[in-house]
Amino acid sequence: MKIALAGNPNSGKSSLFNQLTGMNQKVGNFPGVTVDKKSGFFKDAKGETVQVIDLPGTYSLYPKSEEEEVVREVLTNKEHPEHPDLVIAIVDATNIKRNLLLFSQIHDLGIPIILALNMMDLVRKRKRSIDNILLNSRFNVPVIEINARTGIGIQEIKNLVTLPLAAPDRIYFENTGSSGNPDHDQRVETLERYKFLDEKLKGIVHDPEKINTTLTRKLDPYFTHRIWGYGILLALLFIVFQAIFSWAEWPMDLIDGSFQQFSSWLADILPPGIVANLLTEGIIPGIGGIVIFIPQIAILFAFIGILEETGYMSRVVFLMDKIMAIFGLNGRSVVPLISGVACAVPAIMATRTISSKRDRLITILVTPFMSCSARLPVYTILIALVIPDELIFGVINLKGLVLFSLYILGFLAALIASLIIKQFVKTGEKSYLVMEMPSFKMPRWTNLSLSILEKTRTFVTEAGKIILSISIVLWFAASYGPGTAITESQKAVNQLAAENQWSEEMTQVKLDAAKLQSSYAGHFGKFIEPAIAPLGYDWKIGIALISSFAAREVFVGTIATIYSVGETSDELSIKEKLAKEVHPDTGEPRFNLAVGISLMLFYAFAMQCMSTIAVVYRETKGWKWPMIQLAFMTTLAYVSALIAYQVLR
Amino acid sequence: MNASELKIGESREIIGFSDDVLSLKLIEMGCLPGNQISLNYIAPLGDPVCVHVEGYDLSLRKSEAASIIIQ
Ligand SMILES: Nc1nc2c(ncn2[C@@H]2O[C@H](COP(=O)(O)OP(=O)(O)OP(=O)(O)O)[C@@H](O)[C@H]2O)c(=O)[nH]1
Repeated sequence: MKIALAGNPNSGKSSLFNQLTGMNQKVGNFPGVTVDKKSGFFKDAKGETVQVIDLPGTYSLYPKSEEEEVVREVLTNKEHPEHPDLVIAIVDATNIKRNLLLFSQIHDLGIPIILALNMMDLVRKRKRSIDNILLNSRFNVPVIEINARTGIGIQEIKNLVTLPLAAPDRIYFENTGSSGNPDHDQRVETLERYKFLDEKLKGIVHDPEKINTTLTRKLDPYFTHRIWGYGILLALLFIVFQAIFSWAEWPMDLIDGSFQQFSSWLADILPPGIVANLLTEGIIPGIGGIVIFIPQIAILFAFIGILEETGYMSRVVFLMDKIMAIFGLNGRSVVPLISGVACAVPAIMATRTISSKRDRLITILVTPFMSCSARLPVYTILIALVIPDELIFGVINLKGLVLFSLYILGFLAALIASLIIKQFVKTGEKSYLVMEMPSFKMPRWTNLSLSILEKTRTFVTEAGKIILSISIVLWFAASYGPGTAITESQKAVNQLAAENQWSEEMTQVKLDAAKLQSSYAGHFGKFIEPAIAPLGYDWKIGIALISSFAAREVFVGTIATIYSVGETSDELSIKEKLAKEVHPDTGEPRFNLAVGISLMLFYAFAMQCMSTIAVVYRETKGWKWPMIQLAFMTTLAYVSALIAYQVLR
Repeated sequence: MNASELKIGESREIIGFSDDVLSLKLIEMGCLPGNQISLNYIAPLGDPVCVHVEGYDLSLRKSEAASIIIQ
């Protein structure tokens, strides 16, 4: 048995879906389109498994977006694999007439239907009433009063689905298509349906007093005020940003530490060899690199869930729409963009809330320009190396100014890129704002935790696969070399060590450097040297570029290994060591101002992050956009680094 | 007159629409000819606006509001 949940946006569909299925749910994909399919199951009163699918929210069966098209397709096409045996139409009772429009359209499709009357608690609170017995007899379908928040009526639904239900008689209208103008015909039909509903609803809805002084009415003037409104928004964004940036730090450190400990513990007990290496240097750090994102994802989605559930997100859109529309973005792009300053991975997942496909795509494409926290270690070390410790106007620290400029640069790049992409991305979908401003509500914690769980699970399973595969490839490239290159270079180091009586630590550091240099990654670094020489980089920096494709901060570690710094956690020692590196041709420092700036610009613009690519792949459901994005960002990075180096050297 | 010309708190009857595609969406969302529409508040930058129809609030861009013809 298959049932589908259909209803207007915000009618409580997801809540009902959670009530019915609990933990037994998963997110998949409708074939051929980039629309999420939420499905799950429950056991009905007879103990039989019932499949449930949560259709995207829609106001009618005349689709205006890809999501609404899916609803129409699933419900009207009897051959569709998801075509249900029964539809539960969720109706928000506080706005019954409009909600019944969709119900009446589905009613005409000849599928058995149950009318779930939701939000009756709010109706009563407003001292109105709805006669659901009369409703039942007028429409001749089962009507069940539910409360999708508290679970009232859920058992009744589970009982009802065990009974054989016949499809209701068609009683409504057909879109005759007579005028040859489909918009016109659909409008005529819709208006007739409303007239019909007016008739049917006579005596059902009792509306003794219209109360306009709800909480929402009192709060909205503040939330949309030109000073308070932006003030509150700014404060909230600041908290969100703080949370992903700093609250997530200790669980991340914990995860990082545990994976490292586990790795070294395994390395101790396993017999040395390729299996041990693969596990301790490839797979475990790879999995660690996936798990490390969970705290940030969970925290961001907790906040987004609260913003959505309370109804505040619609106010964000209201406040920001005008500004963001200039750049081809959407009021809802604000949260992902700001979150991108902490990490692009959860930020890109957060674009889910943008309903316009085009606006969402543009937001996904530009979010990685925002200066994420993984760029910080790279910037810090480069700034320490090449920017002098000076004060401007006696107060502004030059190093701080450069760091700040890099953040601004990322933000501007995101906005300018949106302006450019806006010209190219055409989805044929006109961008509308028209949206309901839901009343303010308290969030439901169970809904929140289910959504956090779902987001985390999707990330781990979908993006995780790609992250793990790339980590293994990168590990292999850095640990193995062609033929006997590595063993020979290490033999040379051992010989030198014996001659010069190096300490054990010193020898190990040199051995690591030799290994990396003669590995495949090292060869590849030399291979790309001609391409990166105009940017001021040598093959050693080339190796760092390649390996930091895993994540930008890896740059620091790799540089430390290549230049045999040893203990990598100490920033000062890396700095001192790198400052001593000289350019073989000029005899000047390797990391001079030109190279430093060139590298900073490269890292500001380049898509040096496999996790972001993986998550863009997951969110756009294909390789097309991540590849375009990679090409676009790398080109921009290359060109700006080239210009910077050539001008400054 | 159209809905973008409403003053805050002013309420008028919807009599029609000037945009074919948008009108269907608005009708489906409950903006029906014959209903009263009133202006709740305007966003700080003058756009979008928030109106009240049929017992609930709707936010729309000024250009979208302009397609709602009122009495
Ligand atoms: N008071 C009350 N609130 C409810 C009821 N059912 C759902 N809600 C709340 O209404 C809001 C919207 O519910 P959702 O389940 O997210 O609605 P939806 O239809 O899935 O919305 P979309 O995901 O936007 O399509 C949430 O804040 C719910 O907690 C109810 O019966 N009474």
